[in-house]
Amino acid sequence: MTLLATLWPALAWAHVEKGRAEGFLAGVHHPVSGLDHVLAMISVGLWGAQLGAPAVWLLPVTFPMVMAFGGMLGLMGAPLPGVEVGIALSGILLGLAVLAEWRPPLWSAAVIVGFFAIFHGHAHGSELPAGASGLLYSIGFVMATGTLHATGIGVGVIHRWGWGRVALRAAGAFVASAGAYFLWRAFT
Amino acid sequence: MTRSLLLRALALAGVLLLLPAPSHAHLMNTGLGPFYDGVTHFALTPEDLLPALALALLAGQRGSRAGRLALFALPGAWLLGGLVGLAFPTISYAPVLTTASFIALGGLVAAEARLRPEWVTALAVVVGLLHGYLNGAAMAQAKLGTLGVVGIVSTLFVVVALGAAMVVAIGVPWGRIAVRVAGSWIAAIGLLLLGWSLRRV
Repeated sequence: MTLLATLWPALAWAHVEKGRAEGFLAGVHHPVSGLDHVLAMISVGLWGAQLGAPAVWLLPVTFPMVMAFGGMLGLMGAPLPGVEVGIALSGILLGLAVLAEWRPPLWSAAVIVGFFAIFHGHAHGSELPAGASGLLYSIGFVMATGTLHATGIGVGVIHRWGWGRVALRAAGAFVASAGAYFLWRAFT
Repeated sequence: MTRSLLLRALALAGVLLLLPAPSHAHLMNTGLGPFYDGVTHFALTPEDLLPALALALLAGQRGSRAGRLALFALPGAWLLGGLVGLAFPTISYAPVLTTASFIALGGLVAAEARLRPEWVTALAVVVGLLHGYLNGAAMAQAKLGTLGVVGIVSTLFVVVALGAAMVVAIGVPWGRIAVRVAGSWIAAIGLLLLGWSLRRV
């Protein structure tokens, strides 16, 4: 009973400047709070792992930087039409790329990832809570995004085995299906 | 030991216990002193720590000569800027400028830009003067004085030494990639922070 009780402590916030801690934790939480974002970011890592070097690190470097640019636009209030549609399409396209083990030229893979990253970033930027610490929020946000990519790359290591390649393709099919669902939801 | 001697010793110990100076065990009340306040200010302020780290990574990417030059150029310029800031504390907060340093340095690290060591040194001087001035102005307002700036610069020296040396010593390809990823994260943080700075209220 005591052990169980220790698992549900109230937050103490002891000696923490409230706004700053809230900013970092909110930043970490935001990218993982929506399945559409999570699937797309993990797919970037999966696709990179399938493509191998240098895409395995170029895509996860491209995505956060361009996503942050989109986030900056969202924070500044710059309008971007069709954000939800763009996010859903990113799931479909990235999922299909993983499913088909698509191998476009490196630059075009980076452009595709970067293009969709703008929609994800804009959505995050325009949804940011007021009053949170901007810098700590941004640090948490970028760290969480990078960790999702790293998760995708880590899972993508199974690509070296035959059963792993099949599993990755299945994961791509799942992501593409989820993207189709998100697209349908964006129009309803 | 006789009983009376023991009683006297206990009495003396009791008197001594009544005479301690306040311990101020909780440093929230006393601070750490200006030097250590400067040390902790730098270590706990990402606005200063991130560009310094990015410059250390950039210098390390460009080799040991660039690392050695940056090791003295950045803290030296930071100290000079800090002293100017202490003397003329006109501006202590320039978010767009500091954010621009994040984006530029992080982007250069991510791109593993092939800069000559002299250019890395020049960047170190510019970044050091800018952040040092802002630190000095903030120290003047907080009345921490020169010792606070010296605390900042001392910590900065350690950060640059460790950061640049670590990158120079990297021998595996994935290690250099990790450095570039770190640079991209710093640039991304800078872009988001720029959005916050320009956010419509």
